[in-house]
Amino acid sequence: MGLETTLALILLTALTFYALLGGADFGAGVWHLLAHGPTRRAQHQLIGEAIGPIWEANHVWLILIVTVLFTGFPAAYAQLSISLHIPLTFLVIGIVIRGAAFAFRHYDVKDDEVHVRWDQLFSVSSLISPFLLGVILGAMTSGQLYLHDDSFWHAYVYPWLQPFSLVMGLFILVLFAYLAATYLLVETNDPQLQEIFRKRAIGAALLTGLLAEAVLILGEAGAPHLWGDLMTSPWGGLMLFGVGGLTMAAVWLLVIRKFWWARTCAILQIILSIWAWGIAQFPYLVPPHMTVFNTSAPEVTLRFILIAMGVGAVLLFPSLYYLFRIFKGSFLLSHKRNYGHEDRSKIM
Amino acid sequence: MTDLLAARSLMAMSLGFHIIFAVVGMAMPLLMVLAEWRWLKSGQEVYLTIAKRWAKGTAIFFAVGAVTGTVLSFQLGLLWPNFMEWAGPIIGPAFSIEGFAFFTEAIFLGIYLYGWRKVSPRAHIAAGVIVALSGILSGVVVVMANGWMNTPRGFEMIEGLPSNIEPLAALFNPSGLLQAPHMILAAFAATGFAVAGIHAYLLLRQPGNPFHQAAFTIAFVVGSVSAILQPLSGDFLAKRVAEFQPLKLAVFEAQAETQQGAPFRIGGLWNTEHQRFDYVVEIPYALSLMLHLDPEAQVVGFKEFPQENWPPIGVTRTAFQLMVFIGFIMLSLALWGLWLTYKKQPHWQSRRFLQAMVFATPLGFIATEAGWVATEVGRQPWVIVGYLRTAEALTPMPGLTVPLMFFAGLYCFLTWIVIWLMWRHVSATPKQFEMVPAVHEGEPA
Repeated sequence: MGLETTLALILLTALTFYALLGGADFGAGVWHLLAHGPTRRAQHQLIGEAIGPIWEANHVWLILIVTVLFTGFPAAYAQLSISLHIPLTFLVIGIVIRGAAFAFRHYDVKDDEVHVRWDQLFSVSSLISPFLLGVILGAMTSGQLYLHDDSFWHAYVYPWLQPFSLVMGLFILVLFAYLAATYLLVETNDPQLQEIFRKRAIGAALLTGLLAEAVLILGEAGAPHLWGDLMTSPWGGLMLFGVGGLTMAAVWLLVIRKFWWARTCAILQIILSIWAWGIAQFPYLVPPHMTVFNTSAPEVTLRFILIAMGVGAVLLFPSLYYLFRIFKGSFLLSHKRNYGHEDRSKIM
Repeated sequence: MTDLLAARSLMAMSLGFHIIFAVVGMAMPLLMVLAEWRWLKSGQEVYLTIAKRWAKGTAIFFAVGAVTGTVLSFQLGLLWPNFMEWAGPIIGPAFSIEGFAFFTEAIFLGIYLYGWRKVSPRAHIAAGVIVALSGILSGVVVVMANGWMNTPRGFEMIEGLPSNIEPLAALFNPSGLLQAPHMILAAFAATGFAVAGIHAYLLLRQPGNPFHQAAFTIAFVVGSVSAILQPLSGDFLAKRVAEFQPLKLAVFEAQAETQQGAPFRIGGLWNTEHQRFDYVVEIPYALSLMLHLDPEAQVVGFKEFPQENWPPIGVTRTAFQLMVFIGFIMLSLALWGLWLTYKKQPHWQSRRFLQAMVFATPLGFIATEAGWVATEVGRQPWVIVGYLRTAEALTPMPGLTVPLMFFAGLYCFLTWIVIWLMWRHVSATPKQFEMVPAVHEGEPA
């Protein structure tokens, strides 16, 4: 396997981790916004405690993706930065507001009315970034980047303001919310909260399925390259069946209250979706012109960055495991465990 | 406003905003760890209270630093795609190292903030140490990448394209190697003085409060050691700039004409019309002595270079002077504190000294910003000195004043909130130790 391909696989792996960890943090923000009823405060507290210790680390996956992209595939990074300037700008604005609002809310010394405002800001901005992330991935998939075009509309708006990209945005938003609901289910042992998030997880899972269908339908015209690979090849069919099967299995497991297994199905579904996308997209970063081969940095850079990734991974994964073992014991460990009341000591 | 100016302003604003949070996020973990270490050693709960209090403040700065750092990693491409395409393969590897350093920083900060009752005291303080070390490593790598823009190394130009890349040679470029310690010391000096200044203010209002006394001492020790080392580091760096970027150094030191036995100049306003500095105070031979250890040595003036390659003279020179001037104020305060220690007089008994420290609260940050303006504006008109002009790196995207205005509003809003939060933080002084009961190993929380 060539260096370019290896680096592309690392990018896809990092994207998978970002979706499973950072994506769930965004999704938790969606449920934060939708929290209502008598348990509203308890829902907010569960969400705050669930993401508090880990959201900073989860966010770094995105930074890693960006740095690997501009080091390993600088020409693609430059072109994407130009054509997708507008959604990328709003993506980072969403990221800034969400992170800052979360920090203002949770690391303040006092606890008073103003925290409601930070909560609102946090949850609203949690909608923007995953949606735009989906739009950007959609634009990369559809490959309608007009490289030399004088009209502002064609050069900077058309590449991403497409039905396919917009539906992709919605799909990613709902997918992350679905993932977050299944995580929250595993992290609480309050039957009332479990009931709430169980219903939401079922709703989100069904909506995810519908939107996935919409993505495929629009993909025929919007992203012909991806569509062709997924719909006409045997492995593509297998992947699609896998994703559909996992969604149905998750819904069934939610109905019979096997939360740990439902959560596992949601994780597998996301992994499978991302890798199906990645394999169908390969070797293109942005079809029909930019591949991992013709936009890559010189060999020496690729070699260097792969070594850095190898060394970094040796440090990173044990540290991540340690972090999750401390704060997410019930999350990592056996499904048979009865989720005894964890010491939910708040910060400080 | 042209798009180039808008892009430069936006980049400057994002970096200028991020730098404050990065500096605090880099230095505060050391202060927290020192306080926690004192607690473990002495068992005095005041130190535990300090560590926890500082940890909350750090968390806010770290979070804002992290998200604004994310903005920068995107904005480099959004504003300067040609620069990134050019420089990514050469200096990008530095950022992949930084990525992992940032990972460990974020992971162990999570453990530090939320793990007081979940891990052993030893593991807890170790997490703090890892946060401090990886913060410093990220800072070093990022500044070395910036140094590469000043003294680009590790590639050859073949047919107009950078080829034969050596990422390590690029990373260990001459400027970066000395810029990095200067930046790290700046972070510790600025943060140490700011924290000491806040506690000095509170000590003036509540003399004898042991919380503020202990906090002041830790912050002042860190700040003053750095402030004493900083002029040395600055001197090494200036010699390096003189060697590799004589034009930039000449602008820093207001050296318009080439001269044997150059004086050190204080003050001065650049007169564009007559192409000279007005109102300069000169210390004879001092500049030659400082740069070349020889009072008669020749110092190259910036008029030797074509004017199209000059950076904006007034801004660069003024920023540089401001940085040096503040550096000396901070050095004097550090020495004053040292003198009080030598006389075995607790710092907080001298109201004068505390008042001076309150006055110095923002100085370190002003100096950091000024130093950054000096090095970045002093690099203009180049983005990669000698190879790529800033104007050539600009994105074709029109209408950049729109994001400029948007981000300006966002940063103003965030600044206001952080100042307000810090005010709440400071005004909610714990009354002795009643804030949080200490929790010892083995005890239920």
